[in-house]
Amino acid sequence: MAGAALLGRRVMWRVGTVVALHDETATARTITFQVPDWPGHVAGQHVDVRLTAPDGYSTVRSYSIASAPNSDGYVELTVERLPNGEVSPYLTQELAVGDRLELRGPIGGWFVWRTEQTEPIQLIAGGSGIVPLMAMIRSRVSAASTAPFRLLYSVREPAAIFYRNELQTLSDRNHSVSIAYAYTRAAPKDWPRPPSRIDAALIANKTWPSNLAPTCYLCGPTSFVESATDLLIAFDNGRDKIRTERFGPTGERK
Amino acid sequence: MSTDAADYLDGNAAAGDLSKIFAVDVTAAQGQCANCGAIRRFAEAHLYMQAPGVVARCAVCEHVILRFANVGQRVFLDVRGMSYLRLEI
Amino acid sequence: MGTISRGFTGRRSSADAELPPGQYLTTDFPVLSAGPTPHIPLDRWEFVIDDGANVLRKWDWKSFRDLPTETITVDIHCVTRWSKLGTSWEGVSLDTMFADVKTDASHVMARSYGNYTTNLPLKDLRNKQAWIAFRFDGKDLAPEHGGPARLLVPHLYFWKSAKWVRGVTLMHQDKPGFWESLGYHIYGDPWREQRYSGDE
Repeated sequence: MAGAALLGRRVMWRVGTVVALHDETATARTITFQVPDWPGHVAGQHVDVRLTAPDGYSTVRSYSIASAPNSDGYVELTVERLPNGEVSPYLTQELAVGDRLELRGPIGGWFVWRTEQTEPIQLIAGGSGIVPLMAMIRSRVSAASTAPFRLLYSVREPAAIFYRNELQTLSDRNHSVSIAYAYTRAAPKDWPRPPSRIDAALIANKTWPSNLAPTCYLCGPTSFVESATDLLIAFDNGRDKIRTERFGPTGERK
Repeated sequence: MSTDAADYLDGNAAAGDLSKIFAVDVTAAQGQCANCGAIRRFAEAHLYMQAPGVVARCAVCEHVILRFANVGQRVFLDVRGMSYLRLEI
Repeated sequence: MGTISRGFTGRRSSADAELPPGQYLTTDFPVLSAGPTPHIPLDRWEFVIDDGANVLRKWDWKSFRDLPTETITVDIHCVTRWSKLGTSWEGVSLDTMFADVKTDASHVMARSYGNYTTNLPLKDLRNKQAWIAFRFDGKDLAPEHGGPARLLVPHLYFWKSAKWVRGVTLMHQDKPGFWESLGYHIYGDPWREQRYSGDE
């Protein structure tokens, strides 16, 4: 659907039921919700989740949708448990299948990848920033799009990778989704690059050259996104070709 | 006087609240900062949400471009910090 | 009220203490901010009392720290509904700072580095009700909590306790500051639950 997303009834609070839980890592869990009357979503959008305690205290957090667009009302979120989080420990440890939560969405019209896009796509993820980018990859697969995708996924260590098996299968099978990992604290044995933050060399070797005019999607903690943006601009990518979503210093958006 | 780099979100984080005010998605809208003239997508604004209200600042000069507060059953919106916001309708 | 989320309680603790209406007790110290944390070098810091046209009194960090200080323990109440009890601060009383100031102004606008403002009646700054605080919980006030110095006015909602305070401007009539001009109450007494403009 080209043009603006008229919001109307699309963005309102709805109650979703947890139908599945799946641990991605020791600290991150994917939660699958079934949401009646879900209007559908586009890859990259997020939902607001509202939690209410019995005494009426409530708080809201934003989480990117991990699942591809679908017409069955399924909304998957992948939540990382933060050590001092107020909400993430509840979502990753207490929430059970059958529980119901309020969700508002889908939200966002800029940080989205639509299946009509055919240009090369550069995805750059920092930690839990992989979530909306995974929705874009899944959307590409389910739409059988041939748009060339590259993913640069920066994580602390191999055990922190979300969707590991799925990403492995994709990169084995489908050469137009090519995946590069960058480790910042601990790399696998014999890894050619010592653990470090993303830098110019990585951009030069592992991302689309700017003369192909890729649309770039960057997501992760604020400082990661700022560094990655500066690097892409230094490599002559236009500012309007770079779309960003910042998760704040700790990765929890509130 | 220096400032911290990393203690903000971006315009995407306000989109849910702003969907109650604007009939179209605001993150893709281009806005011009009334202070420095920079033109950027609202998604790129620096967003401070940990407050009695939400404050969006120009990514270039940090001037307040938009702020709003949910006060009881009402929303107060101040857009004086933008010369314009260009919305696709 | 929204759909209750089974098993969710949030980060709060129960207390026997009496809280202002609508408040919840917290044991941590949330950082709420409308902008980037300013870092003010102490050799450039100053605090100014002015009347809009003239500087009446001015202190640099050294002369400010030469003033007599007090250690106080107070409860603080944020309009976003968290309250923190028994917080301990060290600061200079505004009574000390206004000691030689003669004025018939009725109100002040407190001003901060980073351009935050908040308005108060002048009488609420006096009579042991307000301090310029530079230590919290026995340590130098951290920048994210308003250091090197913030205004502390615990009898009002905590948005009136301007972080990174740099001075007060005397006024002969009340004018709304940053949040007061965006729907928040012009005065902000937590015990009368004066959160929003129009609240009695």
